[in-house]
Amino acid sequence: MNKFIQHTGIVAPLDRANVDTDMIIPKQFLKSIKRSGFGAFLFDEIRYLDEGVADQDCSNRPLNEDFILNQPRYTQSSVLLARVNFGCGSSREHAPWALEDFGFKSIIAPSFADIFYNNCFKNGLLPVVLSEEIVAQLFAECDAQAGYELKIDLERQVVVTPSGEEFAFEVEAFRKHCLLNGLDDIDLTMQSVDAIKAYEAKRKVVAPWLFGAIKGY
Amino acid sequence: MAGQTLYDKLFDAHIVRQNDDGSALLYIDLQLLHEVTSPQAFEGLRLAGRKPWRIDANLATPDHNVPTTKRDGGVAAIVDPISRIQVQTLDDNCEDFGILEFKMNDIRQGIVHVVGPEQGATLPGATVVCGDSHTATHGAFGALAHGIGTSEVEHVLATQCLITRKMKNMLIKVEGDLGLGVTAKDLVLHIIGVLGTAGGTGYAIEFGGSTLADISMEGRMTICNMAIEAGARVGMVAVDQITIDYVEGRPFAPKGVQWQQAVAAWADLHSDADAVFDTVVEINAAAIIPQVTWGTSPEMVVAVDAKVPNPANETDPVKVDGINRALVYMGLSADQLITEIKLDRVFIGSCTNSRIEDMRDAAKVAKGRTVAASIKEAIVVPGSGLVKAQAEAEGLDKIFVAAGFEWREPGCSMCLAMNPDKLEPGEHCASTSNRNFEGRQGNGGRTHLVSPAMAAAAAINGKFVDVREMMEA
Repeated sequence: MNKFIQHTGIVAPLDRANVDTDMIIPKQFLKSIKRSGFGAFLFDEIRYLDEGVADQDCSNRPLNEDFILNQPRYTQSSVLLARVNFGCGSSREHAPWALEDFGFKSIIAPSFADIFYNNCFKNGLLPVVLSEEIVAQLFAECDAQAGYELKIDLERQVVVTPSGEEFAFEVEAFRKHCLLNGLDDIDLTMQSVDAIKAYEAKRKVVAPWLFGAIKGY
Repeated sequence: MAGQTLYDKLFDAHIVRQNDDGSALLYIDLQLLHEVTSPQAFEGLRLAGRKPWRIDANLATPDHNVPTTKRDGGVAAIVDPISRIQVQTLDDNCEDFGILEFKMNDIRQGIVHVVGPEQGATLPGATVVCGDSHTATHGAFGALAHGIGTSEVEHVLATQCLITRKMKNMLIKVEGDLGLGVTAKDLVLHIIGVLGTAGGTGYAIEFGGSTLADISMEGRMTICNMAIEAGARVGMVAVDQITIDYVEGRPFAPKGVQWQQAVAAWADLHSDADAVFDTVVEINAAAIIPQVTWGTSPEMVVAVDAKVPNPANETDPVKVDGINRALVYMGLSADQLITEIKLDRVFIGSCTNSRIEDMRDAAKVAKGRTVAASIKEAIVVPGSGLVKAQAEAEGLDKIFVAAGFEWREPGCSMCLAMNPDKLEPGEHCASTSNRNFEGRQGNGGRTHLVSPAMAAAAAINGKFVDVREMMEA
């Protein structure tokens, strides 16, 4: 997994609440058996005027010019700013894959849906929760200044504005450790093989019906 | 010391290791797999040279991509080549890793959340995960069940564990009797309207109270299924005799002495009388009438006799923006009567409402009536091959077909339109599924979530009607 230590990048303001993962990456692109190549289809239904098809070349598709990621000042953005409950709905990890593949490193919102929030950390993407008031301020600043950038410093757990104002954010110690070091969860869990085996041995005694029952018939 | 909630008990019983920062390594008893969120996980295992930790803790079936029309040709006959490769990849991965799969034309195939309980793979007291947010369904059995991402699917395959942390406890206490024609679906839609789409974020929800004690397992699954639409990964109902009776005798359920042992162990799967919840929400079931969503989030729900909301009555600017956006997308006007919305298609199915009871509810309304000429298509998609067979044994398929509905093969179908069943831009659909997001049922499609009985009534009338009027007739 990619490390995340700190990142400074252009901010794209997506002024919507309850952005669901169907909107982030529509269903037809979930048919891929790969983990990459979703960036061209990020926000497909609101980004293009035609209906997208999996695996297609998007270079000549008609663009919805009103959509932020099609506006020249935001095409190079790598920090997404959004409203409450970002990433709600389907558990599809294709949503963080698409955001990451587009070039986003971090998403800032007042709140995130649980599964999406969790999935981000598995892909080197940092979701940052700031209060609704602060997010509103960032929207206003972003709107007022072309090329508006934010610095997200995971080590210090702060978001820094161009004027040097800092906003602290929370992140769980374990998730932070994994992101800072680009650690793979499975490798870490494999260090607990003995504990898993010991638990399993006890479980077999307490609930033997959960072992060996699922087999062909 | 205060008593424990059902969630506390289930979580604590599965802790392999508790870390100082609050995270825990949790043991997973069952993982359900389908074709959409598993290929990258299997690929990850392969690349790292890993094997599944426990083959017998996994069960797979293809559901999202499978066609619901005649499919005698098997996987090779799936028209969309990308869908075909995805279903074939699941078959190949299960074969390679030795995981039990009910393949496309096996009578036991169906939507994972219908198949798991139907086979007795989903059991009380177990932890159940699946790369699908509607995994909360299985909580209806007093199990701890939730959706996970593909990286976690791989993690569970490799280690039989999940790195997670404990959620907060919410009790939704429902009292009073549901009226005639008012179903579990109406109840859960109403609850989502009360909580809001993010009201359950960070919580494990237990649905309790006297109303739940009278609801069937099918109804409880419908309710738990939609916990995620209120933001909660987990929905649960305590174990009682209804649960035990449903599980007994199913293929993977315990037998003989183990059955006795299991039933004894499951007796503790309820919240203690003195358990403390972080939040309690009380709902009066008797006051609920059939529900219809009008907008593009499941929280945008009203009673069938109500009007589409007017943003002028809302003060929160984010909500006003949401209502305005939804009105435009849905092609509706503020204060329009719900019963005036003209419909184009009707979909009865999905992991929310495709079990035998749902089929019966819809058939009861459809019997002896005809789908309105203005409806382009009304499809009924049973949740599994076994549900389909049971419905046919009861003659329900004949009732549907005589009324002008299409009777289909099992799968997720138009709930998310990954297979050929989908809406055209601008079409309104009465759907028994779980999400009315923009484009969910097809690019530009407009979804209205309802119960199976309400969907059948809407098909007959070409627009929404209070199904209770048709029941009294």
